[in-house]
Amino acid sequence: MPERQPTVTIAIDGIDVEAIQGETVLQCARRHQVDIPSLCFLEGLSTMGGCRLCVVEIAEDPRLRPACATTVAADMEVTTESPRLRAYRRSILELLFAEGNHVCAVCVSNGSCELQDVAVRCGMDHVRYQLQSPRRHVDASHPKYVFDPNRCILCTRCVRVCDEIEGAHVWDVAHRGHGAELVTELHRPWGESTSCTWCGKCVAACPTGSLSYQGSSVGEMRHVPNMITWLVAARERGEWTEPEARR
Amino acid sequence: MATPIDLHEVTEREREEQFRTPLRVKVCNSTSCASAGSGAVLQAVRELAEGELGNTVAVSQTGCMGLCSGGPLMRVEQRGGGQHDYHIVTPIAAERIVRNHADHGTPTADYLLDTSMPFFARQQRIVLANGGVIDPDRVESYVAHGGYAALAKALTTMTPDEVLEQVRLSRIRGRGGAGYPTANKWALLAAAPGPVKYIVANGDEGDPGAFMDRTIMEDDPHRLLEGMALAAYATGAHHAYIYVRAEYPRAVERLDRAIKVARRNRLLGRRILETDFDLDIEIRIGAGAFVCGEETALLASIEGRRGTPRLRPPYPTERGLFGAPTMINNVETLANIAPIVANGGEWFAAIGTEGSTGTKVFALAGDIVNTGLIEVPMGTTLRDIVEEIGGGIAGGHTFKAAQTGGPSGGCIPSRYLDTPVDYDSLRALGSIMGSGGLIVMDDRKRMPDVAKYFMEFSRDESCGKCVPCRTGTVQLHHLLDKIASGDGSRRDLRDLEHLCAVVRDTSLCGLGQTAPNPVLSTLQYFRAEYDALISTTESSDA
Repeated sequence: MPERQPTVTIAIDGIDVEAIQGETVLQCARRHQVDIPSLCFLEGLSTMGGCRLCVVEIAEDPRLRPACATTVAADMEVTTESPRLRAYRRSILELLFAEGNHVCAVCVSNGSCELQDVAVRCGMDHVRYQLQSPRRHVDASHPKYVFDPNRCILCTRCVRVCDEIEGAHVWDVAHRGHGAELVTELHRPWGESTSCTWCGKCVAACPTGSLSYQGSSVGEMRHVPNMITWLVAARERGEWTEPEARR
Repeated sequence: MATPIDLHEVTEREREEQFRTPLRVKVCNSTSCASAGSGAVLQAVRELAEGELGNTVAVSQTGCMGLCSGGPLMRVEQRGGGQHDYHIVTPIAAERIVRNHADHGTPTADYLLDTSMPFFARQQRIVLANGGVIDPDRVESYVAHGGYAALAKALTTMTPDEVLEQVRLSRIRGRGGAGYPTANKWALLAAAPGPVKYIVANGDEGDPGAFMDRTIMEDDPHRLLEGMALAAYATGAHHAYIYVRAEYPRAVERLDRAIKVARRNRLLGRRILETDFDLDIEIRIGAGAFVCGEETALLASIEGRRGTPRLRPPYPTERGLFGAPTMINNVETLANIAPIVANGGEWFAAIGTEGSTGTKVFALAGDIVNTGLIEVPMGTTLRDIVEEIGGGIAGGHTFKAAQTGGPSGGCIPSRYLDTPVDYDSLRALGSIMGSGGLIVMDDRKRMPDVAKYFMEFSRDESCGKCVPCRTGTVQLHHLLDKIASGDGSRRDLRDLEHLCAVVRDTSLCGLGQTAPNPVLSTLQYFRAEYDALISTTESSDA
C-alpha cells in the first residue's frame, strides 16, 4: 500500500468528505461519486480550464471557480449544484451547440459522446441562441483517422495528449476568438503530416465526434478517454489497472 | 566599457546650453501632432533657424503637451523667461511666429494658445511633467529635468526595502485598470525566492481611444526605464522586459534608442551608476492581440507562445515568465515611481483621494471641445473633466454619457457627473477606471449602438480559449445587433441579460469577465432606449 496521504475535510453540497491535500475539487468530487459536468478536463493531461462547465460556488468566495483548477483547502464549502449553476451550465452548452454543427442523428459518435452526455445530464433540451452553422471543411486525408472540425468544441484534449503524452505536438490551435480552429502541423492536411505517429491518442481522448476512425458510420465510433488516464497512471505511478471502457 | 554618466555635469551643461540662444523653439512631435503635420513644422523651423536666423534660435522636438485637438503645438521660450504656446501651427505660420519673436520679440496673436484656460490650469502633471519640456531622444534633456536622480538616490542612499517602503507609503494602485495596490505586488516579488526574477512593463495598451501609455513610452522613455530600474532594485530582479504593442512603432523606436543610450551611460546594464546593481531591459513586441494585455497571456507571448491567458493561481509572482517569479506593472504605474522615490511616498499620498492616491492620465476623446491627453488628481469630478478641462460638448449638443474603461468599462450618465473619479467610485457605478480612456458622448449617440460597438470589439479580441467568452460574445453581439436594428423581442432582451451574467461570471480571464460591462451599464442607465427599440415588435415575442 502506498503511504497514506495527508487529508483535509471539505464539504461538497453540504456533506463532509475527505479530500487529499493537493487534489482539485473536481478530483475530490469524482472520488466521492459527485458528478460535476466537465468537457475539457481529462485526468492525466494538464488542466486547461476552458469549457467552464465545472464552475462551482465556494462559500465566502464571490466568484465562481472551475473545479478542475481549484485546489482543496481545509473547511472549504463547495456547492456543485444550484439554480444559478444549472442555468449557467445550460447556457454554456447551448453556446457550444450553437457554435458548431452538432447533429447527433448523423454523428459517428452518437451514443459515445461526452458533449451529448453532458447536455442530457444538464437538461439542455433546446438551443436559445442563433445557430452559427459554420462551413468547416472535414479533413479525411489521414489514412486512419478523420477530423471533422464541425463537431470540435476546442477542448484541446487532442493538442495536450499529442504534446504531453505522445510527444509529437501535431495538433495546435490557430487564430483567435470565434475564428479559432484546430490545425495539424502548420495548417497542412493531417494526411501529409510528417510528425503524426498514428498513435490514435487524440482520437481516444476526443469528447465528441470530431475525431474518429476512418470508415466509422453513424453511431459506430467509440472513444476511450480513460485509456489516456490509464496510460499516464501506468507510466508515472506504475499502476496497471484496466481502463473502464466507455459503453 | 561604457562610462557612467555624470548626472550633475550633464545637468549643468544643459542649463548653460539653455542660455546660449535668445530663443528656444519646441515642436510637439508626439503621434497626434505628428499626424497633424508637426514634422513639416519642425523642418520649416529648423531650416529657418539654420539659415536666415543664424545661431539665435535653438530648435528641438518635444513630447505631448496634451491638447491634441489643437495640434500641431509649438512652444517658444525666450531667454530670461517668457514662454508662448501656439496651436494649429502650419509650417508657414511657424516661420512667421518664430520671425516675429526673433525680430520684434513679440508673440503672434492669431496662433497663440491661452494656457490659462482650464484645460491647462486644472491639470496636475506628474507623469506627463516632461511633455512639452524635454526632447525624448536625448537622455541629457531628461537628466537636466531631474531624470535618474531618483535612481541615483535609491542606489546610493537607500536599501531595496526603503524604496519599497516609499512605494507603500504612496499607496499607489496599478494604473492598468484593476487598481491592485502596487506595493503589495512588489512585496510579493521581493519575497519570492531568487536568483532569477523578472519585471515586465505592460505597454500593450489596447482600449479604443486610449493612448496614455503610448505617450509615456514615446515622449518620456527614460522615465519608464528609471521606474523599472527602481522596481528591479526594490524587488531584487535583474532582468526586465517592456512589452509594447506592434501598433506603436514610434514607441518601440524611442524605447530602443533610450535603452541603448542608457546602457552606454551605465544607467542600465552592469554596475549601474558604479554600484553593485545590474539590470538589463529588453523590448518585446506584441503581434496585435488585445488579450495580450492580460498578464498571463502577455507572459505567454513573451515566451514566444500563443497569447492566451492561463488559469491563476499560480500568480505570476509565484510562477511567471519562464517559470520564474515575475511582476507585471503598467507603464503609467512605473512612470510614477521615479517621482515617488524622489519626493517621498507621503508627498504622493497627499495627492488625490484617500483610496486612490496620485494623479491619473486620461485620454479625452469623443464629442468634446478639447480632446487630448490630460492628467488630473484622482477624485476630480467627471463634471470638471468634461465641462471645465474638456471645454464641454461640441456643436451645441448636450452631454449624454461618459464611457470609461473601454470595452471592459461602462457608460456613466449625466446624473453622476459630480462623482469624484477614482477606482472605487467608478466601480460602484458599474464601470471601471480602466487604463484611462474617457470617451464623452453627446445626445445623438444611441446606447444600444455603443454597447454593440464594444461587444464587437470584445468578440473579435477574444482569444477563443474559454467557451463563454469565445461564443458568448458572438451571441451577445448578435442579440445587440438584432435589438439595435429594431428586430429584437422581449425574449431577446431577457436572453441578452442572462447571457451577460453567464459571460461575466464564468469566463476565464478579465477580458470575458468584463466584456458584458458596456451592455450591463447601458441597460442599467439607459434601459428606456432598449425598450423603445423593442416595443414595436412585441408580437414576435413567442
